[in-house]
Amino acid sequence: MRGQIGSQRAGWLFVAPAVAIIGVFFFVPVLAAFVLSLTDFDIYSLADLHNLRFVGLRNYVDLLVNPLFWQAVGNTLYFVGLGVPLSIAASLGAALLLDSRLVRFKPFFRTALFAPVVTTLVAVAVIWRYLLHARYGLINYALGEIGIGPIDWLGDPHWAMPAIVIFAVWKNFGYNMIIFVAGLQTIPQDLYEAARIDGASALRRFWHVTLPGLGPVILLVSLLTIAGYLQLFAEPYVMTQGGPGQATVSVLYFMYEQGFKWWNLGVASAVAFLLFVLMLGVTVLQLAIGRRGGGP
Amino acid sequence: MSLRPSRRAALGQLAAGSLAACAPSGRDGEVLRFWAMGREGEVVQSMMPAFERANPGVRVEVQQLPWSGAHAKLLTAFAGGGLPDLCQMGNTWLPEFTALGAVERLDARVAGSQVVRAADNFPGIWRTNVVDGGLYGIPWYVDSRLLFYRRDLLARAGYAAPPASWAQWLEAMTAIKRLVGPQNYAALLPLNEYEPLLTLALQQDDPLLRDRGGRGNFQSPGFKRALGFYAEIFRRGLAPAAADTQIGNLYDEFARGYFSFYISGPWNLGEFSRRLPADRQDIWMTAPMPGPAGPGAGIAGGSSLVVLKGSSKKAAAWRLIEHLSQVPAQTGFWTLTGDLPARRDAWAQPALGGDPRAAAFRAQLERAKAAPQAPEWERIATEMQLVAEQMVTKGMSVDAAAAEIDKRADALLEKHRWMLDHNRGAPA
Repeated sequence: MRGQIGSQRAGWLFVAPAVAIIGVFFFVPVLAAFVLSLTDFDIYSLADLHNLRFVGLRNYVDLLVNPLFWQAVGNTLYFVGLGVPLSIAASLGAALLLDSRLVRFKPFFRTALFAPVVTTLVAVAVIWRYLLHARYGLINYALGEIGIGPIDWLGDPHWAMPAIVIFAVWKNFGYNMIIFVAGLQTIPQDLYEAARIDGASALRRFWHVTLPGLGPVILLVSLLTIAGYLQLFAEPYVMTQGGPGQATVSVLYFMYEQGFKWWNLGVASAVAFLLFVLMLGVTVLQLAIGRRGGGP
Repeated sequence: MSLRPSRRAALGQLAAGSLAACAPSGRDGEVLRFWAMGREGEVVQSMMPAFERANPGVRVEVQQLPWSGAHAKLLTAFAGGGLPDLCQMGNTWLPEFTALGAVERLDARVAGSQVVRAADNFPGIWRTNVVDGGLYGIPWYVDSRLLFYRRDLLARAGYAAPPASWAQWLEAMTAIKRLVGPQNYAALLPLNEYEPLLTLALQQDDPLLRDRGGRGNFQSPGFKRALGFYAEIFRRGLAPAAADTQIGNLYDEFARGYFSFYISGPWNLGEFSRRLPADRQDIWMTAPMPGPAGPGAGIAGGSSLVVLKGSSKKAAAWRLIEHLSQVPAQTGFWTLTGDLPARRDAWAQPALGGDPRAAAFRAQLERAKAAPQAPEWERIATEMQLVAEQMVTKGMSVDAAAAEIDKRADALLEKHRWMLDHNRGAPA
């Protein structure tokens, strides 16, 4: 009995530093942000705190009827819907290539494909702006060679988001690729050999051996990627400033504009909580699908 | 006192005594922090050595902010107490920073100044710097919007002179549209810019906000006339219902005759002369904005220089503002940037005053009118344009659009009204 209590106390003692840090740097700010989201903190309150009013849930109600907020949600879901499958496909494709026995100089390719992940986003965004330039860009030049007319990637409301998706996929696929490479190495070679002896083609081996073997890894990667992509901000901030015609305003960009452009911190905090609810909902849904799909 | 021993030694014992007496602050190397935006911030650095020579002991540290992030940066700096000693500020931002109590009132300094005089400035521009009866900024360079037009096409359509009134303008646009055919237009009023509609609205006598700036006044007869005229241009097919991002290369399209009238600002004086081919320079010209009946008002834009309230070096900051307001500094700045000088005497020099294209701006600036001075104004103007865009593209009626703009403006001004009702002004 006494020993158990003692070890319990020791346990609490050991986690105390971590709990204290998480409390001070996570729970307290989150709580403060929630309180802020129930007020109308704006520039008048910044001038004089007596101008702060408690408004209850009005920020939330106003947001839910604000068409621009819904457009930001729509833009973000469009980015996630297009970007996540492309990103995972690119990562998986690159991982399969790296895993192939035919490939030489594996460490070199692994580093080269991972390089975009560790580059500075702002610096590569500047380069991508040149690549995507409507008149002088390399991408339009290449498309022109195969007879596709110039696309105003960052100036046309219909193309701006696809351009951002291409950039984001290029920037991020290396990270998931590394996870997939690790996952592929855990699939026993016996299974491939058995399949080959049974006469399975390469495609069938991929479908019946590789994919099931990667199941949990794919679930993890898609969870992380969706959560990351829902927080789209830096790409439109650097490349388009939300334009053209609000086409690349994401939820986080909307929050930034409310918070730091207009200094409506109350509204901005409410946006943050709505984004949290959205992400929580998507993740729960994904886990449910993952479980029904015969996951672990 | 021993910072510059070599100079002190060279001047000698006696001179050293008088030097110390001359420097009232007694601080060698006072550093003045100055924030300026974009191209202006880059160019103004080259003007600092002259100021530093005239003001020994003061060193200016210019920090350049990109325009896109400048507003957020200033607010963040205010919240964090990191504002500089003086700063460039777009004059539409002044009401907001005055409401914050961030900028210093300058009336007394102007009253005692030999350099800065209200009478020497364009009255409309000067008024943008006066908030609730106090002067908070000194115009640095000025800006307004007016007509850039195709002189040759207007002549071929049968008009020797640019239109001076709305009726004449509509007539000229109709004639040009007939001339250029169904594939082309007479005017370009980009749907993503609020300035053309705002210019038309400022030409009316009705103010755009009512109830001491606490409510929108967009259902006034005046604003509806302006909105109706704007809608009419699109309804008759005289302008394409497009944003400027959909135009591709504006200058090529202008040269092709896709549109003949374009409402824009002074930076396009340089752009048109650079981007149109040398042998076609005679096709473009500028004219003051036509008004409801005769030449009309325009937007009072531009940037001012402000002294920040938290600065401990206000006297030196003011001397720098005076330095930048002197005629040679104003004309020099125009030469380097193309920004139009705020002082009328600076326009006397032939290169600027003798240029007929710049002269139209001079005439327009005399009639420049300040937009409402609510801190929320920029957001209201943005909403106004979003509704106007819907009116043009989705066939909303003028009355319904005006009512919708009022509704959105009133929602944005809710806190402003509350402040007025509770007599909570800006901390003076």
